[in-house]
Amino acid sequence: MSNGTAATKKGHFPWKHVVGFISSIVLTLVALWIAFYSAFSVRTIIVLIFSLAFIQAALQLLMFMHMAESSNGRIQVGHILFSAFVAIVVALGSYWVMEFGIHLEHHM
Amino acid sequence: MDPAWDEFIITGEPFILAGQIAILVTTIGIIFILTYFKKWKWLWNEWITTPDHRKIGIMYIIASLLMMIRAGVDAMMMRTQLAAPNMPFLGEAQHYNEIFTTHGTIMIIFVATPFLIGLMNVAVPLQIGARDVAFPFVNNLSFWTFFWGAMLFNISFVIGGAPDAGWSAYMPLASNDLSMGPGQNFYLLGLQISGIGTLATGINLVTTIIKMRAKGMTLMRMPMFTWTTLITSLIIIGSFPILTVALAMQTFDRLWDAAFFTLQDGGMPMMWVNLFWLWGHPEVYIVILPAFGIFSEIITTFARKRLFGYTSMVFAIAAISGLSFLVWVHHFFTMGAGPMVNSFFSISTMAIAVPTGVKIFNWLATLHRGRIRFNVPMVWALGFIPNFTIGGVTGVMLAMAAADYQYHNTYFLVSHFHYVLIAGTIFGCFAGTIYWWPKMFGVKLNERLGHWVFWLFMIGFNVTFFPQYFLGLDGMPRRIYTYFPEDGWFSLNFLSTVGAYMMGFAFVLLVYNMYYSYRYEKRETSGDAWGGRTLEWATSSAIPPHYNFAQIPEVKDQDAFWQMKQEGVDPNGVEEYQDVHMPNHSGNPFVMCVFMFIGGFGLVFHWWTIGIIGALGIFACMIQRSFSRDDGHIVSAEEVRKEEAEIREGQANENG
Ligand code: HEM
Ligand SMILES: [Cu+2]
Repeated sequence: MSNGTAATKKGHFPWKHVVGFISSIVLTLVALWIAFYSAFSVRTIIVLIFSLAFIQAALQLLMFMHMAESSNGRIQVGHILFSAFVAIVVALGSYWVMEFGIHLEHHM
Repeated sequence: MDPAWDEFIITGEPFILAGQIAILVTTIGIIFILTYFKKWKWLWNEWITTPDHRKIGIMYIIASLLMMIRAGVDAMMMRTQLAAPNMPFLGEAQHYNEIFTTHGTIMIIFVATPFLIGLMNVAVPLQIGARDVAFPFVNNLSFWTFFWGAMLFNISFVIGGAPDAGWSAYMPLASNDLSMGPGQNFYLLGLQISGIGTLATGINLVTTIIKMRAKGMTLMRMPMFTWTTLITSLIIIGSFPILTVALAMQTFDRLWDAAFFTLQDGGMPMMWVNLFWLWGHPEVYIVILPAFGIFSEIITTFARKRLFGYTSMVFAIAAISGLSFLVWVHHFFTMGAGPMVNSFFSISTMAIAVPTGVKIFNWLATLHRGRIRFNVPMVWALGFIPNFTIGGVTGVMLAMAAADYQYHNTYFLVSHFHYVLIAGTIFGCFAGTIYWWPKMFGVKLNERLGHWVFWLFMIGFNVTFFPQYFLGLDGMPRRIYTYFPEDGWFSLNFLSTVGAYMMGFAFVLLVYNMYYSYRYEKRETSGDAWGGRTLEWATSSAIPPHYNFAQIPEVKDQDAFWQMKQEGVDPNGVEEYQDVHMPNHSGNPFVMCVFMFIGGFGLVFHWWTIGIIGALGIFACMIQRSFSRDDGHIVSAEEVRKEEAEIREGQANENG
């Protein structure tokens, strides 16, 4: 059974998970600070927090999801494509739908 | 918020009082029985802490059946209230609103989903020739999150008040302004907790199916139920995070005055609707695809034929899984989005009917010229095909955006989704339970009673819901608690209520049959109760030994077990036994989920201290688990040999 986690199997302290966990929290706090207390322009803030979000996502994929460890590349690629599909549908789809498919500013 | 004690425990409602008394009596009864028969230890060691997929599956199924009783009673009360115009039965709208909300939420989240997950747990590891799932500890955790999430949701009606904003919990109706009191908080936290478990199950099953198939079982040799489980799990992984986030946002709105979905401060109420259905539509496919898989298994077994068009079936479910993420707006065409948006979603929705149709024809072709045996699981499968088709066809009617302005929120819609959910999902759950019952309990359900249950339920179902199409066309809106004689809806409503009582009676009979068969039916003596085709029937005993297979079978074809039987191969003819690696028991998940319940309960009432205690407890459990070593244990070859020998001896004695 693959009951033991990757960390316990090697018999070491789960460094990867701890590092991933703590850096995720730090990145989130930094984003929060930038949004609430920094004096940047709105555009800069948005760019910054988006970048932090992508960094965190990549970090989590590597630290928790064992992205680099799989032996079967095809399945890994399939999973990534599927996730990208869902993410794009959720983000762009919501944007399109909530804009009602028309540009409200021009109509109201 | 500090509710006085008499607001905390709901008082002064006869039905709720009855509920409270029933809960009290049942709890005392259970505690008494367990103590009297000294079963506490057994319960803890054998069930609560078990990593065994079959036992976890059984617990899922029992819990879902109990939830079905709860939500079924809700249904009976609603149908009684609507049997005639101006009925005084439930008194007022508020009570009715609470009942339809809990009915819908429980049926989808705490019945349909976990019931199917239970069947997956029982069957999938066996079908792929594995000894357990990939993460047995997480599997146990998933069950307990579901269980305690469901408990948190269910106590709402006796403590604090039930949610009343519908299972879709639209904002701003579900906001503090319009849904006062803690009811809606129960919904948010109960679903949040159980959602974690569903997501974990999805990950668990994908890993299991991808990584743990027996030698020789390529993807295109997997049984159809395993295929649908794989695809369903992928949909779960894609869609449940959306629910998690949306629930968290609404929780912030209600508990900490955020403004994600509010009318003021720049919130967007329709964004909730959007996110809810971004999860909600994939969710309806999560509960139908496994049912499709179950019917495929049953139809091939009882028609004694290979599945017609296996490859096209696989492509059909894969197509459905992709499309299921592209149709969500059909639930709110009436929001009034522009013609581009509504047309796009109209067309994508109609497109989803195509792969569904492919599947229907494949089943029919499988039946064609089959040597059909009409056992009870098969009868459910045969009943499914025409009834589900009615639901699918009316779905396509709803998919036309312009026409949907007429149908939306009428009884026509109510009838559509009951035709797909009952004739699809619920028929599937029943059929699967009856089919795999010998795998779970070593005995078949009585066939004569079984046929009665089917006919009563199926006829009752049509009597209940067919008239509702016409009520809908006649303008009767959904979610109303009464109507006037002048509306002219009396006779069809009355008929519908009669059908509902038939279904209720059939369900009672089904549960009775479980008891009856356990007492009186003949025990199964082999692992192959129905002349099956897939590996779950290849185990050495009726209830598989805890390691499932002494030796993992080697797969050479689709319908692996059938092929072995054709060639006279005995999957249990093991020459040399090997050590078996099995997972350990753990009480950690149970404790962790009790803390989730405690923390959730605290948040519901804004009692932050209790909330923090819950959070700390959860953390403590996670840390305990993260830093402890648990590599499972080894069952030695000698023990396996002994157990197999005992099984064989028992069978020899039975067969005289
Ligand atoms: C041929 C396939 C299907 C089509 C074309 C279809 C279409 C639709 C449409 C257009 C609606 C929205 C109608 C309205 O709100 O006015 C709807 C509602 C619904 N459908 Fe389907 N559907 C299909 C299959 C299913 C299946 C398989 C299930 C579940 C097992 C399902 C469950 C539901 C539910 C629960 C609702 C109503 C939710 C609510 O408003 O509370 N549908 N369907
Ligand atoms: Cu839908």
